[in-house]
Amino acid sequence: MAFPDIALVLPLAIGLVAAALAARLGGHRAAIAGSVAAGLAFLAYVLVSAGAEGGAAPASAFWSVPSLGIAGGLRLDGLSLLLALLITGIGALVLLYAGRYLQGDPRLTRLVVLLLLFMVAMLGAVTADDVITLFVFWELTSIASFFLVGYDHEKAGARKAALQALLVTGGGGLALLAGLILVAMAAGTTSLSGIIAAREAVLAHPAAMPAMLLVVLGCFTKSAQFPFHFWLPNAMAAPTPVSAYLHSATMVKLGVYLLARLSPVYQSEALWQDLLTGAGLLTAATGALLALRENDLKRVLAYTTVTALGTLVLLIGIAPDLSATAAVTFLLVHALYKAALFLVAGILDHETGTRDAAALGGLRHAMPWTAAAAVLAALSMAGLPPFVGFVAKEIVYEAKLATGGAAGVVAGIGFLVNAAMVAVAGLLSWRIFFGPRRPTPRAPHDPPKSMLAGPVLLASLGLLAGAAPGLVGAWLLDDAATAILGRPVEVPLKLWHGFTPVLAMSAATIALGLLILLGWERLMPRLRGVAAMDRFGPSRGYDRALARVIDFAEGTTRAVQHGSLRGYMRTLLLVAALAPLAVLLARGGVDLPESGGLDPRAFAFGLVALGAVATALARSTFAAVMAVGLVGFGTALVFLTHGAPDVALTQFTVEVLLVVILATVLIRLPVKARDIRTPRQRAGDAAVAVALGGSVAMLLLAVLASPFDPRLGEWFGENSVPAGHGRNVVNVILVDFRALDTLGEIAVLAIAAFAVIALLRGAARPLRPGN
Amino acid sequence: METALALTIGVLVAAAAYLLLARDLPRALLGFVLLGTGANLAILAAGRVGTMAPPLVASGAEALAAGAANPLPQALVLTAIVIGFGLAAFALVLVMRAHAEFGTACAEDMDEAERPDEVPATARPALAPAAARKEAA
Repeated sequence: MAFPDIALVLPLAIGLVAAALAARLGGHRAAIAGSVAAGLAFLAYVLVSAGAEGGAAPASAFWSVPSLGIAGGLRLDGLSLLLALLITGIGALVLLYAGRYLQGDPRLTRLVVLLLLFMVAMLGAVTADDVITLFVFWELTSIASFFLVGYDHEKAGARKAALQALLVTGGGGLALLAGLILVAMAAGTTSLSGIIAAREAVLAHPAAMPAMLLVVLGCFTKSAQFPFHFWLPNAMAAPTPVSAYLHSATMVKLGVYLLARLSPVYQSEALWQDLLTGAGLLTAATGALLALRENDLKRVLAYTTVTALGTLVLLIGIAPDLSATAAVTFLLVHALYKAALFLVAGILDHETGTRDAAALGGLRHAMPWTAAAAVLAALSMAGLPPFVGFVAKEIVYEAKLATGGAAGVVAGIGFLVNAAMVAVAGLLSWRIFFGPRRPTPRAPHDPPKSMLAGPVLLASLGLLAGAAPGLVGAWLLDDAATAILGRPVEVPLKLWHGFTPVLAMSAATIALGLLILLGWERLMPRLRGVAAMDRFGPSRGYDRALARVIDFAEGTTRAVQHGSLRGYMRTLLLVAALAPLAVLLARGGVDLPESGGLDPRAFAFGLVALGAVATALARSTFAAVMAVGLVGFGTALVFLTHGAPDVALTQFTVEVLLVVILATVLIRLPVKARDIRTPRQRAGDAAVAVALGGSVAMLLLAVLASPFDPRLGEWFGENSVPAGHGRNVVNVILVDFRALDTLGEIAVLAIAAFAVIALLRGAARPLRPGN
Repeated sequence: METALALTIGVLVAAAAYLLLARDLPRALLGFVLLGTGANLAILAAGRVGTMAPPLVASGAEALAAGAANPLPQALVLTAIVIGFGLAAFALVLVMRAHAEFGTACAEDMDEAERPDEVPATARPALAPAAARKEAA
């Protein structure tokens, strides 16, 4: 059975159409439509994968930019299929659940549309066959996550958490983009399969290690690895369906996915192994420790998700073949039980009115179906037979024990972490649903079927997959592990391995976990009391860094946008003074022009300079106006004695007019006659003024000392008579050669005149009342 | 002569800058006028000075004689003088109008007078940096 090239675009299109439809339908019906669409997308993936012939991954090359060397497209291999099925399958259940969970909430429609858009972005990211498409969809998931975490946008906490998630994952996204571009340049192709095929070239590139580090950084922020893990528990400000979908089952797996995808390139690099193993172990341990000091169910689950993500990164980092199968098995198992447990936590919150693990207990009679789902999921989480969680835990242990040199450390920490997971699983099932009944704010009962469907189905799948692990392995997991390793792998998944050291470890894990569970009520407050964990965590570092950035921005704004006109003017003049000086200095000083000594015309210069100084120092406005007049007449004299009688005539006329007008108007204003600057201000202003004047004089001297190009003037001189039929060259330029400029000048004057008239007329009545 | 002209323009620009930094608008306006004059002289100087012969083609001749002044900067300066006058007139009326509106010709005082008058400046400290600075001083 052959599929058209475009087959892989179909699920994305379904999601987009559903989003548009949901926006139109609104409310509960939008959620139903979204759920159906996600189910259809799930079916589409099943059909496409079943129709793939001979193990070749179906691909749709639907866009490309040949000039940039980008060959974009989608491709569905085993690993992509596993994630695509999780995204669409869990998506369908979560959307169904959300419709009931948030029934009556006016923002439900928006939530459904955002969830559908998020689903499309996720599907694009995990089926992308080129790094550019991958990056674009990757960032779209971050943006969708921002809006979904900030769903309760009226709460400051939700806004802060949304921004934090965006800044951490978006910052990592920038690193990722740089890394991916470097990798693509080294490989000579943006195609992921091409990059994997060009492994040697990628590793031989001089920037191979920085590129790898950047990619790993991006993946670590997305998948909440230590020290970036803090955004994930804070993201629990989102409604529970969002937490279940984005922050346990799908989006946070994206970093793990990309690490797994690039594993064939880097898996033999020692740095890659050490980095992933180290970060994974640290993250797993941090998550387990922090999970035990929380009592909010959602935060407990968030920290166990951090632990699971650490374990996944660790498994990708350790070398043996077994670890690839272990990673994909654990990824599937975790998605199933964690989504189920999140949905259960949401039900508890919804039906009892509290999410406090310490306040809940003995609910099995009131909510039997919820209890059943929770227990099934928790048993899978704890890794008890015959659940698929047991299969996963066994193979994870096996992989860890086969690590080689560090096997003891890896398996030892893994043992403690798993014991903590057993304890948390017990907390979520045994403590809440069995034991003594504790009073709750609301009388609890099972939720409607649409809310139960998700947890019950997901938890049951865990049991079914555990009963027949080989089936799941052959269908999904072997292909996914093959994609991670880059070579075919077949590890038969078994429920029963016989009496092995691994089985003994499992038994010991469960025993220790139960011990922790028994002591939880005493252990939790004690761990919580260790304030140092709050004070020195990376979360605090984030807060401080953010506060610094804001302080810096505020300080800069205050320094630059201070609001004082004089200050702005001073800055402008200083820059105008210092910039030419810097250029002149860089050129090595100023050459003086050849000067033929002073002649009587220098008298006019003296008048100008005298008038200028007198204006500046004049005590009264009237004297200043007179001094300006002196400057004007001096200037006219300069023009007259330098072969510019026309200019001199104009200058005389204008100067007379100006002085008369200035004198008439300024005298009428009751202006403080004296300069009101303090002596100190005056000295400062004088320094700026002298700097600017000196700078301009130096600049002019440098200009005058440089050779002159007279061609323009000569051209006008030669063509004035033949072309313009005029003997006054200046006039010919103004009215003939550059007539359009003169027209513009007249227009400017006319506009200025109109503006003056308007302002003078308006002066009769104030612009605003009260003045 | 060129050096003397350059230094004269420097003095003119320095005086203009000193006036522009003054607090009252009439002085700043005069500084503006001086700056325009300085720019005009600078244009003239940049076209090279020295000769006293105006750029007129003698009757019977077809082209400008070699010793005549450069006509191009003169044409530019002619335009600039007129535009500068228009600008000065407009600025003057603005100063008048501002004085009529705010009852002051001091730029710093106008900075506060610009605030929306629905709310007293004291009630909005974040929006009154000038007032805050003055009080601090």
